[in-house]
Amino acid sequence: MWRILKQIAHVGLPTEPAPEANNAWRTDEDKIQSEILQILGRALCIRHVDSGSCNACELEIVAVGNPYYNIEGLGIKFVASPRHADMLLVTGPMTKNMEAAVKYAYDATPDPKLVIAVGDCACTGGIFGKSYATLGSVSSVLPVDVTVPGCPPKPIDILRGVLTALSPRIQDK
Amino acid sequence: METESLSSKYGAGFKSMRGEAPVCIADVEKRDWLRIAQAVCADDGILISLWGTDRSASSEPYIVSVTYWVTEGLLWLRLPADAQAGYPDLSMIFPAAVRMQRALFDLLGIRAYGAEDTRFWINHGRWPRDYFPLRKQFSGLEEFDNQLEPYPFVSVEGDGVHEIGVGPIHAGTIEPGHFRFSIVGEKVLRLEELLGYKHKGIDKLFTRRELLNGHLLAGRISGDSTVAYSWAYCMAVEAATGCQIPERAQWLRALLLERERIAMHLGDLGALGNDAALTFGLSQFSLLREKWVRVNARLFIHRFMMDCIIPGGTIVDIDGDGIDLLLQQCQEIEKEVQTLQVIYAEHSGLQDRYFTLGRVPPKLAKELGLCGMAGRASDQARDARVDQLMPLSVYTQLKVRKVTKKAGDAAARVLVRFEEIFESIRLLREIVRKLPSGAINTPLTSDITDGFGVGCVEGWRGPVFVALEADKHGKIIRCHCHDPSWQNWPVLEHAIIGDIVPDFPLINKSFNLSYSGHDL
Repeated sequence: MWRILKQIAHVGLPTEPAPEANNAWRTDEDKIQSEILQILGRALCIRHVDSGSCNACELEIVAVGNPYYNIEGLGIKFVASPRHADMLLVTGPMTKNMEAAVKYAYDATPDPKLVIAVGDCACTGGIFGKSYATLGSVSSVLPVDVTVPGCPPKPIDILRGVLTALSPRIQDK
Repeated sequence: METESLSSKYGAGFKSMRGEAPVCIADVEKRDWLRIAQAVCADDGILISLWGTDRSASSEPYIVSVTYWVTEGLLWLRLPADAQAGYPDLSMIFPAAVRMQRALFDLLGIRAYGAEDTRFWINHGRWPRDYFPLRKQFSGLEEFDNQLEPYPFVSVEGDGVHEIGVGPIHAGTIEPGHFRFSIVGEKVLRLEELLGYKHKGIDKLFTRRELLNGHLLAGRISGDSTVAYSWAYCMAVEAATGCQIPERAQWLRALLLERERIAMHLGDLGALGNDAALTFGLSQFSLLREKWVRVNARLFIHRFMMDCIIPGGTIVDIDGDGIDLLLQQCQEIEKEVQTLQVIYAEHSGLQDRYFTLGRVPPKLAKELGLCGMAGRASDQARDARVDQLMPLSVYTQLKVRKVTKKAGDAAARVLVRFEEIFESIRLLREIVRKLPSGAINTPLTSDITDGFGVGCVEGWRGPVFVALEADKHGKIIRCHCHDPSWQNWPVLEHAIIGDIVPDFPLINKSFNLSYSGHDL
């Protein structure tokens, strides 16, 4: 336990700007983080659904949970069931073999719900396109609110995508 | 490779192939198929991959290929086959062949005769049963809207036995696949996997590509191993075209590969702490991983170093400042990981969960063909970097230390990761110290005389294998990529037996196998 405490003290608060993060990235991060906080008041539940990705997008979605981006500190959390979710993050070209499962997950998500297509494959079908095995973009199966391009998108862009999906709703009010 | 001794040992006419990997290729007949498999097995060789090719307009229009890893290197056997007669089942000798044979049937329609398990594997019913995408008569762009078919799982019967179906969508941010647990109370009697959900028709997509741009697709087969795949692919292209890449490019590729290994091991160690309720481990290691991939982005454009390796070399280089940054980071990360290793080792709650969990004893590992990082944790001491399948110019000088453990449990797989991080940090230091000067890439030679090429790279998960066949115009006829997860997924079904359902996430993570790399 002593070592754990020592290590925590040694690492310090990771949300503090690290030396190499003293750049546009950092300010961008701070800005997006504060905006998300303002809009949400610390409550958004996200369910990630992989519709056939190569696993690179998953790694970056996992990364938004690391201490640099600290998504949970913003009151956003990834939930285990679509029934608990406000938003679906869908990655990968839509494979034929995943289509039914993705539709089930969407139907199980309570209204109002948002769908973000994360990554080039989810946005357009990417390098895999349409074939006997794939349907192309996520939007060929689900109504998509926001598309986040990138192969894979950087964690900060995934955060930005989450914010973009929420903004129009706020303006509507 | 010494082809004469190989030919007399296995009774087939082997020819040595060009390229960095020591590969011998032989055309064989049906009667040789099982005999050679038995000889390889008796000699402690392992099955690397099995796949099929349509060569149309010939009396026996298909070729079934198999690759073995033996002491001398890789053996690639090619067997002509027709759709009616098929080819002899290998699964009695190499159990890992079962799913490869089922996938081969789903994609090409050639059956392994004598095989017991003939259930579908990749074709879940969404396209017709008689549509075999790898046949040349099909473009691969046909569209179907058939319904999913239920999969005939093996059911376990008895008092109190019931099933839990998990997936394809899992609870965490991970890839999809289905797990069917047959349990009593919370004890697992049997686990059966169904994969193929992420099938994207990659084998067919390759046939619409050229040698020069295939690496873009190869680098997206499994994003967590993008360096390993693109290197293996480029190694195969360079072998097929007889291209000698500059020395510096070889060393840079090794540098990228070791950075990928460290990044993935850091991420896994965090997740393995988290799955055993030590969230501290997740925050610490995810922090280190983020620092690591940010330096990737600074030095090599992309956080995961995607598309940095191209046929003929690399498109990234490192200068003096870059080397300073790299060395400084190695020192920092090494120190942090040392501290965290002590914390993990002294944490009784963690060790209590890890020890004996998901155990694959060395004997079982050998029988089932467990390979790569998980294999080394079960005393299967194979590493393509050490066993001379990868560019000798680099890896003989680096003298990679093979990390092996005998216990075969989650604790051993954690320990292998820790030690491989330290070893890879040592390699990075050696690489930048020995990095030769010169060009970082070279154009491919234009006259393609031999259409075959093989690449094999020890990725963080295990050996990534690519077999390539191209025509004289540089168009890909067939490119088969093989992930070590093919061998290791079936072993996971054994690892869980007797453990409890709540331990599955931890066992699964300790292997961290690829879905996308397997489903293709």
